[in-house]
Amino acid sequence: MSNPDPVKVSIQHLSLAYSDGKESLRNVSLDVRSHAITVLFGPAGGGKSTLLRTINRLNDLTDVVHVSGSVRLDGEDILDPATDLISLRRRVGMVFARPVVLPMSVRQNLTYGLELAGERNPARLAELVERSLRAAALWEEVEGRLDDPAISLSGGQQQRLCLARVLALEPEVIMLDEPTSGLDPISTGKVETSLQELKHEYTLLLVPHSVQQAARTADYAAFMLEGELIEFGPGKDLFTRPQEQRTEDYIEGRFG
Amino acid sequence: MSETTRSEFVLTRLIKAAGYSSILFIGLIFFFLLREGAPALVEIPLGSLVAARWYPIEGFFGLLPLIGGSIVVTIGATFVAVPLGLLTAIYIAEVAPRPARELLKPLVELLAGLPSVMLGFLGVVALAPYLRKLLDLPTGLAAFTGSLLLGGIAIPTVVSVAEDALDAVPRTYREAAKALGATKWQIIWRVTLPAARSGVLTAVMLGIGRVIGETMAVMMVTGNAPVVPTGLAALFRPIRTMTATIAAEMGEVAEGSVHYHALFLIGILLFLISLGINLLAASVVFRQRTRAERVLS
Repeated sequence: MSNPDPVKVSIQHLSLAYSDGKESLRNVSLDVRSHAITVLFGPAGGGKSTLLRTINRLNDLTDVVHVSGSVRLDGEDILDPATDLISLRRRVGMVFARPVVLPMSVRQNLTYGLELAGERNPARLAELVERSLRAAALWEEVEGRLDDPAISLSGGQQQRLCLARVLALEPEVIMLDEPTSGLDPISTGKVETSLQELKHEYTLLLVPHSVQQAARTADYAAFMLEGELIEFGPGKDLFTRPQEQRTEDYIEGRFG
Repeated sequence: MSETTRSEFVLTRLIKAAGYSSILFIGLIFFFLLREGAPALVEIPLGSLVAARWYPIEGFFGLLPLIGGSIVVTIGATFVAVPLGLLTAIYIAEVAPRPARELLKPLVELLAGLPSVMLGFLGVVALAPYLRKLLDLPTGLAAFTGSLLLGGIAIPTVVSVAEDALDAVPRTYREAAKALGATKWQIIWRVTLPAARSGVLTAVMLGIGRVIGETMAVMMVTGNAPVVPTGLAALFRPIRTMTATIAAEMGEVAEGSVHYHALFLIGILLFLISLGINLLAASVVFRQRTRAERVLS
């Protein structure tokens, strides 16, 4: 790329270990650029989810004993203990592998985060509900069912609702951890189409559920193996001319 | 018929019989209660039953003071047990660090298994005199004392069941809310508690059931005066509950007498009340399930 987009999240020499002694990330350095989809792929246990969960500090939930290196969001070190986690998590939204709709109506699922953020204006809430549902390609399907329990939606709809819920908060970065792993091909297609639209406005960080999806969606791709970043580069280069033998083996399905 | 199919057949029948036996027992208990208690409805005019005086030796069988006593103590105990029990459950399930949690849960469950007569004894020798001095009452054996004690007895039940319900809420819910920028308290209030709603309601109902059915402890600390409780001041006067009346008087009553039948009538009332509470609890859970099933289909 002749004119690369600005770096949104800069990860430098990040290492992280869980309390069970297993080292989960080893010296990972990675620049995530805005207005692009950066894909993290590799076999299970490679540290992809851990990396995502470090960027919004969700790992504080589980037992992390050791962290070194830095993660900077717009130049600001988010591993700093003084970081305001609530505002960080609003700037860095996350969609999980299995859709987790909260036990509320469709509408409340969307307004919950906004109300937490202090948004009370009903007109503004209604506008954000519609806009985020449209952006997640779900509006047509749920327009008349906004007050139904969210659990009544199909799996694919639930996952897009989760995406919409994150979008409603107007974050800067959206991380998606295998967002289509539980979906059928048609729903998967819809989510992928949404992502291609969304990347113009947001920074997207995606853990795909297959190499094929990685190749389809990646503007930039990072291949991770056992906690290490093996190779990182523009998607079209990495999937056609991988520099590392291990990357090539994985892409061609020789292990994984 | 081969050996395995025969043992299979016997086992199936055995398990079936065990399952149905509880229905049979409930039926038998209710039949027995009816047989012994129903005559009271014939022997005592309805007007005398719905009266304020319980003095069986002279033929006064007014049930109002006993029903009132049970209600006052139960409401009082509910106000103690439900908030404290739920807060404790929330603390154990959501807030406590792992070591504290692993210590607290078994301790609370141990507490649930304490014989109530022991707690009643503590109530008589420690709680009642203390309350009498503290509140400057003529006697510490009052409805209030009973409420506190019964509340304490019901807390472990509420905690144990509610904690299980909260613990069963998938961690992913909490993480999703957290990723949306919710604080710990906001997650508990808007996500975890609503998701565990039916289990929490069951905990409350079981706690209330425990309180209504409790006999020994309540008999020891409530003063046993069959007076209709009226107004808030009644909380600090002796009362008598339905259970305590049966326990105290059954031993000295002539079998087949009017008094005997009246005591069984109280038993029927208690049976119906617990049945009502259980049905209420079941219907709450059931209503939620059917709603979920309806929307899922």
